[in-house]
Amino acid sequence: MTPRLRRRVFLAAAAVAGAWLLWGLTGLPDYGVYNGPYGDVLNRVAVAERKATNVVASVTFDYRGVDTMGEEYILFAAVLGVAILLRAQRDETEQSPDEDAADRHAPATSNAVRVIGLGLVGPVVLFGIYVVAHGHLTPGGGFQGGVVLATGALLVYLSGEYVTLRRVSPEVLTDAAESVGAAGYVAIGLLGVVAGATFLTNVLPLGRPGALLSAGTIPPINLAVGLEVAGGFVLLLSEFLEQALVIRRPGEVT
Amino acid sequence: MRFLPYVVAAWLLLVGLYGIVTSRNLVHAIICLSVAQSSTYILLLSVGFRRGGTAPIFLDVPVGTRAVDPVVGALTLTDIVVGATVSALLLALAVQAHKHHGTLDPERLKPERD
Repeated sequence: MTPRLRRRVFLAAAAVAGAWLLWGLTGLPDYGVYNGPYGDVLNRVAVAERKATNVVASVTFDYRGVDTMGEEYILFAAVLGVAILLRAQRDETEQSPDEDAADRHAPATSNAVRVIGLGLVGPVVLFGIYVVAHGHLTPGGGFQGGVVLATGALLVYLSGEYVTLRRVSPEVLTDAAESVGAAGYVAIGLLGVVAGATFLTNVLPLGRPGALLSAGTIPPINLAVGLEVAGGFVLLLSEFLEQALVIRRPGEVT
Repeated sequence: MRFLPYVVAAWLLLVGLYGIVTSRNLVHAIICLSVAQSSTYILLLSVGFRRGGTAPIFLDVPVGTRAVDPVVGALTLTDIVVGATVSALLLALAVQAHKHHGTLDPERLKPERD
């Protein structure tokens, strides 16, 4: 099929699908008019029931905690998949990019980038920990905070070199963070079973709404997810950087 | 205005699909998929939005304050995570496709036997 024909077929199909979609969407309640009931019920009872002031976190990590466990394992499986897809192939050799073009030197990272990048690493990591730790109080949580934490590793790469990134985030450490995070979620779920309730029941002391130590199992789960996401994203980052910087097919000129 | 966010969601979906269909570069196609997927974020959040509603976080506002639906917020979180993982896997496949075929143009990726 030529590109032009394909475009025409798509535009015809899109016109039909778009009209059908809009017809369906106009059947929804008007924008801004929410009829409930689930959101309203949760907004009214969740803070009293779970002592977490962030109702989205109560929903994600408690009321539908099993679904979120699946979500975490989707991420785990995807990181595993990327690692398998990007592993060194039989016909590939690892070599330093410098060997490819000895006569051509990449411009050194400027001091401005180095200083700003390294200066940001501390605040970014601190902010990531804050976002993970306060997931049950304010917007944030393990997923968001984990990504912020992984950004710290990216800043190290930007302001230094790839080898520096490997040194501050050795594979053993990122692998361990990812595994402990993934297993930790299940372990916290099993606490409920040990306590005689069902899997992922919020059995820890709930505390007072708004306190850092409150909401029972929600902060520990956030911590587990934060570890898993941070480890997973740093692993993804190093896998992709490795492709660009280290692995070459024999005879390939870059 | 009553349906504008829904129209935006439909537009994003179709324009993302158009990008995938006409793409000449796999990385571009993966970004187009992200655009198409972002329509679902807008749709979910629009369905749960309430005019004048605040975020469903009752740290500095009392319980009972007019707030939006927290359930679709949680669903959107899942949606974003799944979107990120799909992009990561597809980008890894694109890296391998480029290694084996020397191109990222879908037109020039011919099936071959290894």
